[in-house]
Amino acid sequence: MLKKRIAATLLVKDGIVVQSIGFNKYLPVGKPAIAVEYLNQWGIDEIILLDISATCKQISPDYSMIKKASLKCYVPLSVGGGITEVRHIRELMHCGADKLSLNQSAIFNTDLISEAAHIFGNQCVVVSIDGVKVGNGYCVYDYIKKTNLKISPAEMASKAEEAGAGEILINSVDRDGMYSGYDIELINSVCEKVTIPVIGCGGAKNAKDMIDLFQNTSVSAACAGNFFHFTEHSVNVTKASILKSINVRLETYANYKENNINEDFRLSKKADSVLEEMLFMRIEKEVI
Amino acid sequence: MKQLKIVIIDYGVGNTHSVSNAIKHLGYKQLKISDNEQTIKEADVLILPGVGAFDECMKNLKDSHLDTILGEQVLENKKPILGICVGMQMMAEFSEENGIHQGLNWIHGMVKKLDLPKNFAVPHVGWNNVTIEHNEPIFSRNDENCNFYFDHSYYFHCNEEYVSAWCDYGVKITAAVQQDNIFGVQFHPEKSQTNGLKLFRSFFNSI
Repeated sequence: MLKKRIAATLLVKDGIVVQSIGFNKYLPVGKPAIAVEYLNQWGIDEIILLDISATCKQISPDYSMIKKASLKCYVPLSVGGGITEVRHIRELMHCGADKLSLNQSAIFNTDLISEAAHIFGNQCVVVSIDGVKVGNGYCVYDYIKKTNLKISPAEMASKAEEAGAGEILINSVDRDGMYSGYDIELINSVCEKVTIPVIGCGGAKNAKDMIDLFQNTSVSAACAGNFFHFTEHSVNVTKASILKSINVRLETYANYKENNINEDFRLSKKADSVLEEMLFMRIEKEVI
Repeated sequence: MKQLKIVIIDYGVGNTHSVSNAIKHLGYKQLKISDNEQTIKEADVLILPGVGAFDECMKNLKDSHLDTILGEQVLENKKPILGICVGMQMMAEFSEENGIHQGLNWIHGMVKKLDLPKNFAVPHVGWNNVTIEHNEPIFSRNDENCNFYFDHSYYFHCNEEYVSAWCDYGVKITAAVQQDNIFGVQFHPEKSQTNGLKLFRSFFNSI
């Protein structure tokens, strides 16, 4: 059976991974290559690397950064930012990208979606849409011009699907970096309009938010950026909590299946007797 | 560890760099990404990666005469080859992606669009567990029911005798095929974390 995916977004600004808050405040986290390596070791299902400065400055994707970041990435890597032509995509593929994420190009140049889908296959094209709440509905947000567009995220997703997109990444501007949970209504509006897989993003604080998302929408993947960065083994611990109610993949060597997890979705301390025993336990290194 | 001469076939559209990263991680140093006839002739083992549409991939192979070069190495010299995703699909007789197109015709079968029950999204994207029919050689290090990363809209429809693993996505989907020295996987071992690395290791160790 197909598992629900847990994906991580890495927002890169001027070559550095940043924590983003409400699309306007950015705190530095570290080098993309290091973040990718750790997320991979902790058993993430997919990594989405978005370079938010490339499109702003109207420059091509930062190929050398992607090449370094992909070196230790043995899970699918989607790359976005600065893609305006097919030759950018071809070059990114040579740098270790597996999929591409189109945001601005998807808004203003749907031909690029079709062209990319035709050459590289639909499965390769992810269209990323930023949605913002306006009145009772939602609008697509243009993060470059910082304005709301007249089209709704659901309509845009449907247009993207028609043009050949293979997946939709829907991100909530209002929830970005707020730790207030996913915008279920926004994400549902998109899920209902398309038949291709949808990835929900924006606002996740812990495993509970991800479980909520999976239980209340038909998304294929839950995505988080910020909260994975700040604790050791954040991914496998989160997955161990989610696995109790949702079918996700948990195959890391350290899987926390037997651990107790507290109400804040953090590991509970093991009993002293167990810890004492562990002192003398030999843990073999995994050999491939 | 035997240092094999591994060549990843470069035909313009594959994710060659990803495959090379994964294989390098396992410690194989004599690894090349190439479309050069001489290099391919000298290789011990070939990898045919794939990301892209069937017709575009086949066209690129033919334009660089790789179809004949590979045919000679694989069918006559019996060189082991592993096809990944579209790389595997191209081993079929033909595909119906973007119209009917001829494949390399190495394994009897055809590539068809996924025809799924309602509520199953196409493409089939994500981690799915496989049921292994033949452990040897490529799955010898993997656990039964382990997960691999899939990302495709078309599948290899062929006789059961060639299917070495399959997965369940509303219908039974061919996950891996093998016939003599020819191996193919629908999923991406280079993107399936430890399980994929184990598969590469088993494949290379069997040579």
